[in-house]
Amino acid sequence: MKFTLSWLRDHLDTDRSLDEICAALNRIGLEVEGVENRGAALAPFRTARILEATQHPNADRLRVCRVDTGADAPVQVVCGAPNARAGISVIFAPPGTFIPGSAITIKAGAIRGEASDGMLCSLRELGLGTEHDGIAELPDNTTPGQSYANFAGLDDPVVEIAITPNRGDALAIRGIARDLAAAGLGHLRPWLAETVEPRFESPIVWRNAFAEACPWVLGRTIRGVRNGPSPSWLQERLTAIGLRPISALVDVTNFFAFDLGRPLHVFDAGKVSGGALTLRRGDGETLRALDGKDYVADGEDCVIADAAGVQSFAGLMGGAATGCTEATTDVFVECALFDPVRIALSGRRHGLNSDARQRFERGIDQALPVAALEAATRMIQELCGGEASTVVSAGAEPAWRRTASLRFARIAGLGGLDLPPDEAVAALEHLGFELRARDAAQATFAVPSWRNDVAAPIALALPPGGDHDEAAALDAVAEVEAEADLIEEVLRLRGLDSVPPVSLPSLGPVPLPSLTPRQVRSAVARRVLASRGLAECVGFSFTARSQAARFGEAAESLRLLNPIAADLDQMRPTPLATLVQAAGRNLARGVADPALFEVGAGFTDIAQLSIAAGLRLGRSPRHPGRPQAAVSLWDAKADLMALLSALGVPGEALSITADAPSHYHPGRSGLVRQGPKLVLGRFGELHPGLLAQLGLDGQAVAFEAFLDQVADPKKRRKTPPDLPALQPVRRDFAFVAPRHVTAEALLRAVRGADRALIAGVTLFDAYEGDKIAEGMRSLAIEVVFQPRERTLTDAELEAASAKVVAAVEKATGAHLRG
Amino acid sequence: MTDDLDTLKQEVLAALDAATDARSWDAVRVGTLGKSGRLTALLKALGQAAPEERKQRGAALNQLRDALGQAIEARGQALEQAALEARLSGERVDVTLPVPPEPQGLIHPLSRTVEEMVAIFGAMGFAVAEGPDIETDWHNFSALNTPAHHPARTDHDTFYLPPRDGEAPASRVLRTQTSGVQIRTMLAQEPPIRIIVPGRTYRADHDATHSPMFHQCEGLVIGPATGAGAITLGHLKGTVIEFLRAFFGRPGLPVRFRASYFPFTEPSMEIDIGWSRRTGEIGGGEDWLEVLGSGMVHPRVLANCGLDPRQWQGFAFGMGIERLTMLKHGIPDLRSLYESDLRWLRHYGFGALSPAMLHEGF
Repeated sequence: MKFTLSWLRDHLDTDRSLDEICAALNRIGLEVEGVENRGAALAPFRTARILEATQHPNADRLRVCRVDTGADAPVQVVCGAPNARAGISVIFAPPGTFIPGSAITIKAGAIRGEASDGMLCSLRELGLGTEHDGIAELPDNTTPGQSYANFAGLDDPVVEIAITPNRGDALAIRGIARDLAAAGLGHLRPWLAETVEPRFESPIVWRNAFAEACPWVLGRTIRGVRNGPSPSWLQERLTAIGLRPISALVDVTNFFAFDLGRPLHVFDAGKVSGGALTLRRGDGETLRALDGKDYVADGEDCVIADAAGVQSFAGLMGGAATGCTEATTDVFVECALFDPVRIALSGRRHGLNSDARQRFERGIDQALPVAALEAATRMIQELCGGEASTVVSAGAEPAWRRTASLRFARIAGLGGLDLPPDEAVAALEHLGFELRARDAAQATFAVPSWRNDVAAPIALALPPGGDHDEAAALDAVAEVEAEADLIEEVLRLRGLDSVPPVSLPSLGPVPLPSLTPRQVRSAVARRVLASRGLAECVGFSFTARSQAARFGEAAESLRLLNPIAADLDQMRPTPLATLVQAAGRNLARGVADPALFEVGAGFTDIAQLSIAAGLRLGRSPRHPGRPQAAVSLWDAKADLMALLSALGVPGEALSITADAPSHYHPGRSGLVRQGPKLVLGRFGELHPGLLAQLGLDGQAVAFEAFLDQVADPKKRRKTPPDLPALQPVRRDFAFVAPRHVTAEALLRAVRGADRALIAGVTLFDAYEGDKIAEGMRSLAIEVVFQPRERTLTDAELEAASAKVVAAVEKATGAHLRG
Repeated sequence: MTDDLDTLKQEVLAALDAATDARSWDAVRVGTLGKSGRLTALLKALGQAAPEERKQRGAALNQLRDALGQAIEARGQALEQAALEARLSGERVDVTLPVPPEPQGLIHPLSRTVEEMVAIFGAMGFAVAEGPDIETDWHNFSALNTPAHHPARTDHDTFYLPPRDGEAPASRVLRTQTSGVQIRTMLAQEPPIRIIVPGRTYRADHDATHSPMFHQCEGLVIGPATGAGAITLGHLKGTVIEFLRAFFGRPGLPVRFRASYFPFTEPSMEIDIGWSRRTGEIGGGEDWLEVLGSGMVHPRVLANCGLDPRQWQGFAFGMGIERLTMLKHGIPDLRSLYESDLRWLRHYGFGALSPAMLHEGF
């Protein structure tokens, strides 16, 4: 919403500066988005007259001018403009002036030996155009010494403010003035519309077949008008706030849309057929609107139709066919109230934005139509002549009268501000609330017709399904909502900065943990993975459908209906899907061997998962004495196992199976399971086919940990540790097993051979090659036997070893390597 | 000293001089003082000498033995020292060689900001609450007093997902704000409530200053509406000021409160901090920068969540995690936060072990 300072002053009697006004607007909720003040840069420039211009003695192309600048004595200025001559009125810049058009500050001095105490300027030098044939010539009778900005009407600052959705009344310059007056910045000037004497019966009448959309509509015909350009004062105002002047009749409607926040529409009465305009539902008709676009009105849209068809999109935009032109002689003025919700929904459905929609959807002054129509009639007659008909209408003024009560103690109880009741009452009265009753504890006010946001009808949205006592809830809200509305008004006018800040009451000397165990897992995952050399990324939660499909199910239910780009249309199944893209971008920028991770959401058809995913590409860093090695699945498995361990998952509870999903290499990947059903993570080399599709060279390994699947830590006291006093005995074994026997199966068999005696098993070598039979593999392990009561005898150790060998043979078919 | 002894002495000393390694040195030692060494043999032969001569020759032999013993020992130590020096010299390396590179792991600045927020609000007794990114229209809008026709909805360029069987169109959205978690929390738990909700949010907007995915941190405090423990707008101001000053580490940070409007709060306000548009410096300069929206929870929102607004009241606030992160660390470009450029991450990221607890400082 834009307005000029002079327009504001039509309604606000104030001596406050622009800065003070802007500070107040910010304070009271009418946020200043910008101030355009051309006058500020032009402040030093004055009007002046050249009294005498003589040839410069030392320069052919310069003249020495004696200039009347309005001061007591004339000033000498050396000027190079060809049109500098005695008698003309000009623009003068005294020394010290910054010249916006040439970005210099002029100084007093001498030019080729002649004193020059200022400068005569072109409009281009003032930053006001491109013309540079010479200095600007002002009208002959211009009095020297005036502010040029003021003389040229350029000292009227334009202020743009943001209007929040509740403040339809502030889409009127009068509404803004009222707020500022209530905030103590001046006085609201009285405004009255004098009634225009009707001269004839309106040949056009209203019919209303859609009262839900339009409770009240007024109109009148003015005949014998001469339409044409509106006067310059009106054109300048509209131009200043960004509107294009069209014709006097149309400009009048735009004037009132901004001046009073009261949208109007003018039909060329000569083009309206059938003598009646009907408000009704649309029926699939196409209307060419004033913006030149075609809109198809449906049954939820309110349209205005004559005998020939739809002529206007009610409350949004008029139709081109019945619009006013230079040839218009009879005009029909429409002044209506429309249902804000219907206007909002129609406007959004059709993508139709207009100043009228902006105002109607926020709600406009419900008592104003009669007076506004009179004021518009009067202005049309002033600008275009003509005589006015009777006012025709359909419907009636809606029942907008409401009251709202304020218990004074609640200003502190809700707003935290101890305010004398008199101040609160005075503030509300300044806003147009009429005091109806008051005692020591509270006051009741009539809500003004323009404040649709205060004590508004209450609508709740109780949770869908379930058994709710809506009536009781409505009663409870009704008791406090209007009061909160009033407290908000009082506080904003007073300024929220005046509310003293208070610390929250302490809940106890030591706060409880802020994070749930689940949230802690994400934080720990970040720290563990970062400490292992991976850099954390934050990727978008959506990616291309094709990319999502490479990493899991690209469910239809997770496809955005209105993606911002075709390659951001599907919720990702795992952060890995976006990590590989990030890795690709890094490689493209020449960043070698990226190691990345993300802790974030992955989506399935039925759930949102918290996933820690990591990715390593390329090779280990080069260094003297260290062979460079490609990343391997062991790197990824190590990351995953370290993460799970840090999250408190006991390693002995885990098993690995080789059935990872298809984005991994089928033979070099695995799932980490806890028990038969729970999958805590997966790891492996990424599938070479996938890398080829993504254009990634070399090797890439990855892991994904499913943080929701990790159990919360148990708050159990630990049992005392097992710290035997006797030395353990270590024995190495090498088994030859068929290739399909997994290390895990073999290790499990060993552990189970004698749980009391065997304290640990580690695998230290795995060999396949020409030293053993085809299809076989050698697995070498170290077993730790832990005696507890006395040292083991050789015979006992032999017996234990035999148990190990027997258990392995039984479980896996492997035998001791000979 | 007799001639034979003197000769022996000279010969042994010469042999020691000639010995340049441990082996040849040991040969001299054994050849002189060993079981069958030359001096040992002379000592053994002493028994056969006449008593008069024995005394004299014994003294000379003892003297010689001491002298040769010391010479052999000294030579041995010298050789040992030389050998050690030779070894050390041979083991010399270029200690300016760089250590084997360890790839630097990093925490993203957005995660860092969230940790700091959790620490500060945690000290004020807030817990962290969460909700799903895919929200119902009811949680994201309706329950927050933003019905379908509300003009505020047009400010939210909402992403929609296909409705499930039996659901109305446009009922599944990517949450445009973390405020829906307010609703979930109030439905799930009795007041008093003190939560913050850091999380991902989405709006269909993509340019230099808007990302289709970004992060917000919501806050909600609900307590009694009346009595000594009532939660008022004064508490809202106190909480936000204390947070901002702790987060930016500036005890005197100017904070400004402006009246505003949100459908789910009343009174509502926007909150600015002082900064310099020219230098980007926080706390200095003459300009203001908006960092938070906030207000007292709207009675309708309380009622929608089954709370009686006559009995309960409180405040809510929301802030952009990106904006606070960029301000605090002087990050100029929003989009760089999501590009995962390792060069950028190394510049702005945080070490895995950098302190993020109040007692260690930020």
